[in-house]
Amino acid sequence: MLGKLSWAAIPFDQPIPLLTGAVVLVAILAVLAWVVIAGHLPYLWREWITSVDHKRIGVMYTLLAMVMLLRGFSDAIMMRAQQALAYHSQGYLPPEHFNQIFSAHGTIMIFFVAMTFVIGLMNLVVPLQLGVRDVAFPTLNSVGFWLTATGALLINISLVVGEFARTGWLPYPPLSELTYSPGVGVDYYLWSLQISGVGTLVAGINLVTTVLKLRTRGMSYLRMPMFCWTTLASSLLIVAAFPILTATLAMLILDRYFGFHFFTNEAGGNMMMFMNLIWAWGHPEVYILVLPAFGIFSEVVATFSGKPLFGYRSMVLATMAICVISFMVWLHHFFTMGAGPDVNAIFGIASMIIAVPTGVKIYNWLFTMYGGRIRFTTPMMWSIGFMVTFILGGLTGVLVAVPPADFLLHNSLFLVAHFHNVIIGGVLFGAFAGYTYWFPKAFGFRLHEGLGKAAFWFWVVGFYVAFMPLYAVGFLGMTRRMQHYDVAEWRPWLMVAAGGAVLILIGIIFQIMQLVVSIRDRAELRDSTGDPWDGRSLEWATASPAPVFNFAIMPDVSGPDAYWAMKQHIKQQSLEGREPDYKDVEMPRNSPTGFVCAFFATIMGFALIWHIWWMVAAGGVGAFATFVAFAWRDHDEYVIPAAEVARIDRANLEARRAALSLAGNA
Amino acid sequence: MNILDPQGPIGVANKTILIDSIAIMLVIVLPTIAAIFAFAFWYRRSNHRAVYRPDWAHSGRIELVVWSIPTLTVILLGGVAWIGAHELDPAAPVAGTGSPVRIQVVSLDWKWLFIYPDQRIATVNTLTVPIGAPLKFELTSASVMNVFFVPQLGSMIYTMNGMVTRLHLRADQEGNYQGLSAHFSGDGFPDMLFDVHVMPTLAFDNWVASTARSDQMLNADSYNALAQQSIETTKTSYRLADPELFGKIVSQKIPPGPGPQLTTNLARPGSGARNVR
Amino acid sequence: MTDATLAFTQADPHNLRGMQEAVVVHEGPAPKRIVTGYGFWIFLLSDIVMFSCFFASYAVLLGKTAGGPSGAQLFDLRSVAAETACLLLSSFTCGLASIAADVRSARWYQAAMAATCVLGLTFLALEGREFASLVARGAGPTRSAFLSAFFALVGCHGMHVSAGILWLLTMMAQVFAKGFRADIMRRLLCFALFWHALDIIWVAVFSVVYLLGSAV
Repeated sequence: MLGKLSWAAIPFDQPIPLLTGAVVLVAILAVLAWVVIAGHLPYLWREWITSVDHKRIGVMYTLLAMVMLLRGFSDAIMMRAQQALAYHSQGYLPPEHFNQIFSAHGTIMIFFVAMTFVIGLMNLVVPLQLGVRDVAFPTLNSVGFWLTATGALLINISLVVGEFARTGWLPYPPLSELTYSPGVGVDYYLWSLQISGVGTLVAGINLVTTVLKLRTRGMSYLRMPMFCWTTLASSLLIVAAFPILTATLAMLILDRYFGFHFFTNEAGGNMMMFMNLIWAWGHPEVYILVLPAFGIFSEVVATFSGKPLFGYRSMVLATMAICVISFMVWLHHFFTMGAGPDVNAIFGIASMIIAVPTGVKIYNWLFTMYGGRIRFTTPMMWSIGFMVTFILGGLTGVLVAVPPADFLLHNSLFLVAHFHNVIIGGVLFGAFAGYTYWFPKAFGFRLHEGLGKAAFWFWVVGFYVAFMPLYAVGFLGMTRRMQHYDVAEWRPWLMVAAGGAVLILIGIIFQIMQLVVSIRDRAELRDSTGDPWDGRSLEWATASPAPVFNFAIMPDVSGPDAYWAMKQHIKQQSLEGREPDYKDVEMPRNSPTGFVCAFFATIMGFALIWHIWWMVAAGGVGAFATFVAFAWRDHDEYVIPAAEVARIDRANLEARRAALSLAGNA
Repeated sequence: MNILDPQGPIGVANKTILIDSIAIMLVIVLPTIAAIFAFAFWYRRSNHRAVYRPDWAHSGRIELVVWSIPTLTVILLGGVAWIGAHELDPAAPVAGTGSPVRIQVVSLDWKWLFIYPDQRIATVNTLTVPIGAPLKFELTSASVMNVFFVPQLGSMIYTMNGMVTRLHLRADQEGNYQGLSAHFSGDGFPDMLFDVHVMPTLAFDNWVASTARSDQMLNADSYNALAQQSIETTKTSYRLADPELFGKIVSQKIPPGPGPQLTTNLARPGSGARNVR
Repeated sequence: MTDATLAFTQADPHNLRGMQEAVVVHEGPAPKRIVTGYGFWIFLLSDIVMFSCFFASYAVLLGKTAGGPSGAQLFDLRSVAAETACLLLSSFTCGLASIAADVRSARWYQAAMAATCVLGLTFLALEGREFASLVARGAGPTRSAFLSAFFALVGCHGMHVSAGILWLLTMMAQVFAKGFRADIMRRLLCFALFWHALDIIWVAVFSVVYLLGSAV
């Protein structure tokens, strides 16, 4: 009746997950109760849950990322604590628990923090930068978000019902096959990622189509902001790479559920094929994450240097080169599998080649600062922190791209330090820069600068204190994922690393404080002009927060740095210019399709994990019915009359003029 | 286990490439980092001596330099990678003194089995080798993927069921070292450490002779016991009953080890594996 | 700002404005029909990438019969020919349905879609029969890696066809209930693209799986 599900699935014998689960459950119920009792539910349903507005969806993606960052970081600090303690001792986490923790840490951080953060920022910003009203497929955008949330929900359910995978964040067979992982852990992983993978693919398709087919008049490709180029490259990678993940996980699902032999030890299965397939996805994945971060840095460095981005065309070329080459390097993740010297060398050289356009980007940011008037706002601090940190991470990356060096360092803590170096230094710092930079555009007030800078310093120093020792301990021969050890030389480094994790924790606390204080002080931090940073691209041409239709009149563009050019013209003429010719605006209608579809997807996912077949069928029928119901609606758009557009726009322009005249001529 | 303190030629060569590559890259990286701090500091808004160039966004000459620096570095390192990958191919034999020692390595859950087919002996979690002799490893796994790694001797290599990987090493200093598995393989993974004893040839021959008189026999039964999921604390030495044992493991005539048994009795400790849900 | 900045925005060092006289500057966002079709093409490309993974796994596992039967011993090429005929014909009838929709003929549209449906179901029935007989002969997907790859690839295509049939029936119902409305026409465009793409993939399937697979 309920498949494999029984009361034994709840970890009554493991106090840590039990307690954590109880606390989280109580917190969720408390929040839900408050929302309902305070009467916020209709607002939430109408304005957020059923919203198809790219700005709202972008905010929800980012919120999901930040919440999951807390979960992923809890896993991290538990791991560091365990390794600091577990010298000649079992520590406080038995192996079966520790192994789930590092698997969950990696899975959550990559799929539900990094991916959701960059997709959220791309969603929020790209239509604004392109001067259009929304992405190409707004309802599909909502579906994509809610399916991603489903994946995150399923992983978190595994904490209290059943277990999570104990294979690491990539479930290498044969360990992940039924023989060696008979529990539901790997199944939680597989279904969570298959479902959220659909969401990611949908986001990729949406963004590619938006960038290629929906730009305002005059915005040819070489006039797009750099962030739109990196969005295009990243989304093309999503479209090309995520199907590989879908297929590979499907093969593992077929092995586990139906007894197929893709990767099993017996009957001719080939585990090396899994390595090749998963890394053919896995390497482009890290470029999917880092390219949008590069785009953010291009925007931030240019804006806060007061100059255009240096070498725009070079940057475009470098971005697309990275996009293409990222598909040609995957074997460097398993040099030690014995492919032979020719194959190893070719992939090693290809991996180094990709460092060329990346290096070019760093130099172009450097020369953007040259001749500038640099303002050291929080986003700029993150950018400078990124440049230094990412170069070091890149160095260690090119190092392990040399096969003989990798023969000593593969799977060691040196490798762990390398990829955290580039992901934290690159992706996460970029996400934090973007979050701070675009927060006023989303909400109409800035984030508190002082707390932002405090958070930055604790994060940066904490990062170095946490990860530089891991390079050292990698040189001392320590491999990754060890629940305990008895090599004395390793211990001091691991204790320092645990200290670094505490520093990062303080950084995170400052970020939470920053958000709370900023909301409390939002009147003083108000952005009335829509352009708090003296920006260069079109998102700053509209109010903060942007109205639902983004621009009353879609702008005409005649060059790069479109808004910068506009500002020069505006300051030339008086602000009492001719009023634009307002017209009716058609906007896509909100829809519960995304949320309802994800609801059924959650049911299907859970049922598939626990082998509750009737529930799978019910969920599938429900999901299909949701789509049919969506297809049946008669009105997919609503009209905002010209008078209403005019009213909103006039109010925004009035506020902007008032703020500018208060400040004098900027 | 310090990889920067190698005790054999492979390790020395790997380390040389490692250090040289870092040095080459630091030549570029350190000045770049210095430039980042220098530019950020000099062009700060409060510095009125800095020249503000609000329209300067392109320079062909700078672009040429900026593309050339990484390209030249990569060409140099690419050469190092090509040559190094070929010279240090794990499957390439290593020269040495004395007759080569053939060692067949089997990774099990969660222990290492070292079979010396020519000497008809086998050991668990202990690798004993003579100084200076070429060591020819043939490796496989009896369950999931693992990686055989002795940090102070050099290159690591994967072990996979149904397949044979090859590794050649040589140990040039007498001493005791440690090896480990460098690929996560389950709950008992952290205990997959093994001792490496490097001894003079004469001592090695004596060790072989005394092990061949061991009262423990590695036959189907004792191998079966080893294949169950468990952690080995005693480092047993065996006489080898069947010199074709390794071949049978590779061809799966002897099937791969069984995994954990799904248990509903949470009170019963699994054999090596813990509660699985 | 400075005159210099203004000059920068007007500067044209590469004489692009000269080019723009000749070339149409970007007109603005594309119309909905184009955007929808384009997005669906991108989705189809991603689906083809997914299929190519299954093709790759088939190629890798081709010889891994684990002592069991190989392709040459199993494949019934007459059945495959019949399936191919069904799908190719169904693409033709789907084309007819698209034309009927273009001229707004509900009767011909429904007829052509019904014919497509029947042909698609016939394809599925033939394939189902083939799978059942393979399983009955002990050559199911659990027998060997080769058979796993075969069943997964051909089965993945079959699942796409099944989903396509569900979509087809929905489109028949949509036109029946709402007529040839603009958004329904866009969905028809997508459906037609999907159905034809499945046919193209089938050509690859029978070439690689059945023809090449029989030669091994």
